[in-house]
Amino acid sequence: MNNAETESELQKTMMGHLKADRRRKLILNLVILALLILAPAVIYATFLMKILCFALFAVAFNLLLGYTGLLSFGHAAFLAAGGYTTGYLLSSYSGLTTEMGIIAGTAAATALGALFAIVAIRRQGIYFAMITLALAQLVYFVFVQAPFTGGEDGLHGVPRGHLFGFIDLENNVAMYYFVLAVFVGGYLLVQRIVNSPYGQVLKAIKQNEPRAVSLGYNVDRYKVIAFVISAGLAGLAGSLKTVVFQLASLNDAHWHMSGEVILMTLLGGTGTLLGPVVGATFVVNLEYQLSQGPLGDWVDPILGAIFVLTVMAFRSGIVGEIQNFMRKNMS
Amino acid sequence: MTEILGVPIAVLSGQLLLGIINGSFYALLSLGLAVIFGLLKIINFAHGAMYMLGAMVTVIMFDVMGINYWVALFLAPVVVGCFGMLIEYFLLRRIAGQDHIYSLLLTFGVALMIQGILTNIYGVSGMRYSMPEIFKGGFRLDFMYLPYYRAWIICVALVVCFGTWFMIEKTKLGAYLRAGTEDSQLMQGFGINVPLLVSLTYGFGVMLAAFAGVLAAPVYSVNPVMGSNILIVVFAVVVIGGMGSIAGAIITGLLMGVIEGFTKVFYPEFSSAVIFLVMVIVLLIRPSGLFGKEA
Repeated sequence: MNNAETESELQKTMMGHLKADRRRKLILNLVILALLILAPAVIYATFLMKILCFALFAVAFNLLLGYTGLLSFGHAAFLAAGGYTTGYLLSSYSGLTTEMGIIAGTAAATALGALFAIVAIRRQGIYFAMITLALAQLVYFVFVQAPFTGGEDGLHGVPRGHLFGFIDLENNVAMYYFVLAVFVGGYLLVQRIVNSPYGQVLKAIKQNEPRAVSLGYNVDRYKVIAFVISAGLAGLAGSLKTVVFQLASLNDAHWHMSGEVILMTLLGGTGTLLGPVVGATFVVNLEYQLSQGPLGDWVDPILGAIFVLTVMAFRSGIVGEIQNFMRKNMS
Repeated sequence: MTEILGVPIAVLSGQLLLGIINGSFYALLSLGLAVIFGLLKIINFAHGAMYMLGAMVTVIMFDVMGINYWVALFLAPVVVGCFGMLIEYFLLRRIAGQDHIYSLLLTFGVALMIQGILTNIYGVSGMRYSMPEIFKGGFRLDFMYLPYYRAWIICVALVVCFGTWFMIEKTKLGAYLRAGTEDSQLMQGFGINVPLLVSLTYGFGVMLAAFAGVLAAPVYSVNPVMGSNILIVVFAVVVIGGMGSIAGAIITGLLMGVIEGFTKVFYPEFSSAVIFLVMVIVLLIRPSGLFGKEA
């Protein structure tokens, strides 16, 4: 009797902590959202949009690396698939509204993700990384050769068009809030997935796959679904990026892009919701600052050094380290 | 019979030869990767950079100190191998117990740094390296022309590959290596210096890459990014051969070179991607690769 009471007491305090934790996170997210809404007044909107596109890309990637434990080294393929599909459709069919182009791009990336998943999902760890990398190279080849991608030149002058047929996206402010809305939507989707029972299973797979199998979960199916969702969201980021910058290029399909999104996620903190956003902001900002200064040619080595430093010294990433610090000092 | 499938036999054999030469490089490089992966469980993303370093060091040693090809053939791999051992000692060793993914990411960062720094110093346009006099000319066979240097590449690559396979699979040193990575504590208990063994293994794998780089210097364009694209191909080769299989890496390397060469005859644009297609097919049929053990 007494024992049960203390147990429920304990449960209550634990739930209390959990609730307080949730509330704190909610407040933090709302503050960030408010800042993002106000940001175009101070910061160049195109630059912010670039950050948001890459942040969405990294958030999508993190669903896989951070919550399922699968390292894909081929996510550039999805970014580019989304970008090229949207770019091609919007340039060739002027009757198409922008959101239809973006939906089509996302669908294309999702389908490609399903193909990748079928081939790669049976392998784990580094095998998985290398297979996704090679598959992405195959896709890269298709993009170089296919008639609709413009080969080495890429697609230029993609019209931004009208959202829902009546909101003119040539207006940078309208464009920004559209990108922000899509980003928030994607972020919330990932948050919802991670906190759902499905997300719990994903985490279980990440922590101990054999145990998840022995508990009766069809692990491969869970992983395939996570992979496909991640690919779709990466494609969405690519589509958005094409609309914002009005171009789709081979750069997006190159495996360096796959490396970059890993860096963003790792640097910000894998397995944290906010981490990839912070990482993307940091990397995009760094690249921009460097390209402005005398160190413009040193972007690659500096990114490499950050990679090494992150892996050596703080594997939990910026957000992860802050969380660890808070946890230590709160309890 | 001068034509096969409508292609002149001279063209076919020419591409076949080029394929075998490319295959020799794939074999040397994937062998190094397989040694490092098979024994240390490290995916060496810096392998392409090491290959590039081998070639660059050869050219630079010649330009600055006038060191000739034959000396470079030994010296460059040793220099690059020592560099690799430093990386192992100062970086890779510190994350030894962690998830394998981290070693992949770490070496990826290292590769970015090396490539980036050299690009800033030397630019991406190729550096010239002239072939040693002795290799000028070639054999005139009735159906094709075989330059001496190409023949040399094939022979020396085969000898090195076989020697490495023999050393790891058949000698006592190889047995120590395999045992040391299987159960390092037990081997430590037997009085064998396992950390040193690990360093040497990584250094040796890197040396193989650098050796391929020296061989490549006279025939390929030497520049700081020469290793970045070949690396991905070599990864595919290792996956096809079966990760960690030494013999598999060698045979698959040569085979893929030949397949690539034939593709150049029939569908040239596709030659750069055919290996990845082969990889997909192999993985669908045999997930552990052609020579890999079922995981």
